[in-house]
Amino acid sequence: MKIKEIQEEIIDEFAMFEDWMQRYEYMIELGKSLPLIDEQFKTDDYIIKGCQSKVWVHAKLDGNKLIFTADSDAIITKGIIAVLIRAFSNQTPQDIIDADTAFIDEIGLKEHLSPTRANGLVSMVKQIKLYAIAYQTQLN
Amino acid sequence: MFNVEKIRKDFPILNRKVNGNPLVYFDNAATSQTPLVVINSIVDYYSNYNANIHRGVHALSQEATDKYEQARIKIQKHFNAAKAHEIIFTSGTTHAINLVANGFSSLLNKGDEVVVSAMEHHSNIVPWQMLCERTGAILKVIPINQEGELLIDIYQDLLSEKTKLVFCNHVSNALGTINPIEKIISEAHQVGAAVLIDGAQAAPHIVANVEELDVDFYTVSAHKVCGPTGVGVLYGKEDWLNKLPPYQGGGEMIAEVTFEKTTYAELPHKFEAGTPNICGGIAFGTALDYMNAIGFDAIALYENELLRYATKKLLEIDGLKIYGTAKHKTGVISFNIEGLHPYDIGSILDKLGIAVRTGHHCAQPIMDFYKIPGTVRASFSFYNTKEEIDILVQGVIRAKNMLQ
Repeated sequence: MKIKEIQEEIIDEFAMFEDWMQRYEYMIELGKSLPLIDEQFKTDDYIIKGCQSKVWVHAKLDGNKLIFTADSDAIITKGIIAVLIRAFSNQTPQDIIDADTAFIDEIGLKEHLSPTRANGLVSMVKQIKLYAIAYQTQLN
Repeated sequence: MFNVEKIRKDFPILNRKVNGNPLVYFDNAATSQTPLVVINSIVDYYSNYNANIHRGVHALSQEATDKYEQARIKIQKHFNAAKAHEIIFTSGTTHAINLVANGFSSLLNKGDEVVVSAMEHHSNIVPWQMLCERTGAILKVIPINQEGELLIDIYQDLLSEKTKLVFCNHVSNALGTINPIEKIISEAHQVGAAVLIDGAQAAPHIVANVEELDVDFYTVSAHKVCGPTGVGVLYGKEDWLNKLPPYQGGGEMIAEVTFEKTTYAELPHKFEAGTPNICGGIAFGTALDYMNAIGFDAIALYENELLRYATKKLLEIDGLKIYGTAKHKTGVISFNIEGLHPYDIGSILDKLGIAVRTGHHCAQPIMDFYKIPGTVRASFSFYNTKEEIDILVQGVIRAKNMLQ
């Protein structure tokens, strides 16, 4: 599935929730259920430090697709990571570079991606894009 | 007679809703809310007598200068400083600390020692580290115990004739501990060291009498005491302020300028280069008037009641731990719930309209001491109520149930 299609699917899913409670409960479930990153990558080499919570991101190329794994010490942050990974992982670097991230606003999680939250998520999105650029250069 | 319902009417912001819920504002240690009388003084300034000060011959400039200087005197009287020119307007506590740290660059030598407490805000650590890097002075740290109190015995051992400066907060922003600054100051003076006390967190709760304390420098931010952001003061003993070189060059701070040599203005203008935050300074004075009219004794008594009530109620929640349990503390409760991240709790409280701070509170050394990533911090002001504390407690329980 293309990134755009996955994003639309996520937007549809979130549209079913009636209030923030349900949305947050879903995020928390996502955060709890997903083993996101191999422990060996949960080191300072892969860390994005935020004031509030930490995020670890790892990327590897599988054929021409980029596979992301990530984790966080905060569960809501982790839930958002799960959404981001679903949208961006297992895609080609070029598609990731071209993708936009506005869907995060549409599913009502915009505040978590505000730079003032300093939770590492803004940097994570940036990092995903940077990995894509780096691997695209490698593929060329 | 202290009447919280009447006081709440003075604060327009307390009527607003956040995420559909009435605002419960428990982030007072970060910044206090602004009463209408202070908002009006800002409006009055820009509506009626906005002008640059100390230089115009025209009526508006004179009026603005008078009001600004009256504010300085109000602040002087509030802190019982001997002279008005010992009150230097700054952009806030951070600026005030940097002003002193910069000044000491020319007074310290390699091998001199400066002593800092382990419970400082980054703004009272980093400028001194920079000072030590510039001068070769050595930074020594007063450790804390599990309750979040300074180990005064160790402090005494750290002091020697090499000690030139001691800096410590009056009240810890992350833990609420009220430090024994009388003792800290007198011990430092015995070895001839100067003392800077960061009063940012104390000012909303305690009136520091700088003459009685015999403190060399004391710093305050207006926005913690119901005033506007971007303004504060440095109190400094006249002798010390005369010894320190100017911090920033510019207009206002000079006596005479030629390309060969510039002579500096007298205190306080020597440290007040450029056009200051005139409106802010005046509004700061109004804010102190407002708080003094309520009375700091009444405020302290009421806030202590809130602190005791909130501590009792929060501790009833299973798995909740409070960091900072000093005998003497202000209305600050830093806590975590076992197994939960403060960011998650804070995010859910925000959805319920409850404003708390989460994270390391710009005091990473304290978080490292307790081996935690951060805390949730609820900090109280005299306009908060027990009903609001009940809402917080219910919110924390709800967050806990969602997250566990």
